[in-house]
Amino acid sequence: MNAVANYNFAYLDEQTKRMIRRAILKAVAIPGYQVPFSSREMPMPYGWGTGGVQVTASIIGPDDVLKVIDQGADDTTNAVSIRAFFAKVAQVATTTHTAEATIIQTRHRIPERKLEAGQILVYQVPIPEPLRFLEPRETETRKMHALEEYGLMHVKLYEDIARHGRIATTYAYPVKVEGRYVMDPSPTPKFDNPKMHRSEALQLFGAGREHRIYAVPPHTDVVSLDFEDHPFEIQHFEQPCALCGAEGVYLDEVILDDRGGHMYVCSDTDHCEERRDAGFVGVLGMQEAAE
Amino acid sequence: MSDEPLLKVSNLTKFYGSRLGCADVNFELYPGEVLAIVGESGSGKTTLLNTLSANLEPTSGEALYRMRDGSWRNIYELSEAERRFLTRTDWGFVHQNPADGLRMTVSAGANVGERLMAVGDRHYGCIRDTALDWLGRVEIATDRIDDQPRSFSGGMRQRLQIARNLVTGPRLVFMDEPTGGLDVSVQARLLDLLRQLVGELGLSAIVVTHDLAVARLLSHRMMVMKGGHVIEAGLTDRVLDDPREPYTQLLVSSILQV
Repeated sequence: MNAVANYNFAYLDEQTKRMIRRAILKAVAIPGYQVPFSSREMPMPYGWGTGGVQVTASIIGPDDVLKVIDQGADDTTNAVSIRAFFAKVAQVATTTHTAEATIIQTRHRIPERKLEAGQILVYQVPIPEPLRFLEPRETETRKMHALEEYGLMHVKLYEDIARHGRIATTYAYPVKVEGRYVMDPSPTPKFDNPKMHRSEALQLFGAGREHRIYAVPPHTDVVSLDFEDHPFEIQHFEQPCALCGAEGVYLDEVILDDRGGHMYVCSDTDHCEERRDAGFVGVLGMQEAAE
Repeated sequence: MSDEPLLKVSNLTKFYGSRLGCADVNFELYPGEVLAIVGESGSGKTTLLNTLSANLEPTSGEALYRMRDGSWRNIYELSEAERRFLTRTDWGFVHQNPADGLRMTVSAGANVGERLMAVGDRHYGCIRDTALDWLGRVEIATDRIDDQPRSFSGGMRQRLQIARNLVTGPRLVFMDEPTGGLDVSVQARLLDLLRQLVGELGLSAIVVTHDLAVARLLSHRMMVMKGGHVIEAGLTDRVLDDPREPYTQLLVSSILQV
């Protein structure tokens, strides 16, 4: 056999893609429900996004433009590797610009720029079951989902308040989808939870090791769980991005030296670059320009 | 006590394959009544309790339960959703080993509050106040509310388990050897507490025990089981003071005297 005989568009064989597409269709039909699928071995270790890569491989076409982010950044190992992977096995165009992308595979962030109709956001999910750490039995958690018994989820939030005085869960914050299924939005910061609510883009979640796919179709209600007297809140940052001066975005802390120096910069690198190109300058960005 | 029973059990039989668990059990339980099931190990007590509490499917027979709306339902014909709702609101189950009935990794307050949250209570302050109230009623210091049951003594765990079960105001509580594994002074306090709560709340209870002293203190009526069959039933004092069956006589005479 020669190399060409072994080649198939986007790495997976067509039967596998059909199987995954069926799971995706079912997931879209039942928002927030975890659909089991026969996850394949991928040429990368578990935890690197095998679920997300399989979903992307199943939905990508030759005309798609792919963007891959890891914690908001386009230039980290995971993002660069997966982007290069699809550039090689599917010869698709890749981009770092959110607006140009038709498929965005993400590890733990939602881009700051509002997603539009026609875009698809693919999440890499490590543990799809929001009840897992409270109830280790899979048979029991499935039953709890089936019977809509979600009191346990609030036990976790209760514990947070009892221990910390507030809901201290900051990522993988549980949400209720379309008033029915409680879903783990993958370990995105809770800052991003409101972006999922009634989003125009299709959101697909793939968990490779756990063999689960779930989805939030466009214009679907996604409500974060909370208590009446302790309502859901997102993180707030005291200062704007040090490079582009953006406010109301999610910031990462960057250590600058070994004397306690640090700065806060946009976690979404594309958003930060676009703003700087447009002439916005932050506190430290100014110094850089002056030097 | 009201005139209408809460639970009517007829011809309840449970086989494990070809092996008998319990057979042909018939009784009625009235509101506010405590029924003890006694017998030696392997006599079918726990099988009967697990079948009555719908943890096990009976081989034949039925158990009719009077719901809060007054309608009679066979508990084995309820849908799974209805049954699970019933077991966490209108019923309680106190396990012999508190670790089976508690969540050992969440705080005492959350353990008590779980049932409230399960039925849709979403106000943290209210849930916590209720939890504090219940910890007080089962004599657990209220400053232990944020401690995990892991750090509690055996007696405290058992009392916490009772509070967790009673918080939704159940009408029927199943108890499987509630005082097993506790030392005698703690047993006495727990029995005192149980008796008081059962009286205050007008609970019905079915208590499985091999300890006749527990049955004497807690229960109004008792059933003696042997080899899966109920061999004698009646008022607790009558059965213990004037046992009719040879086996019951043996059981009563085996109580250690100090």
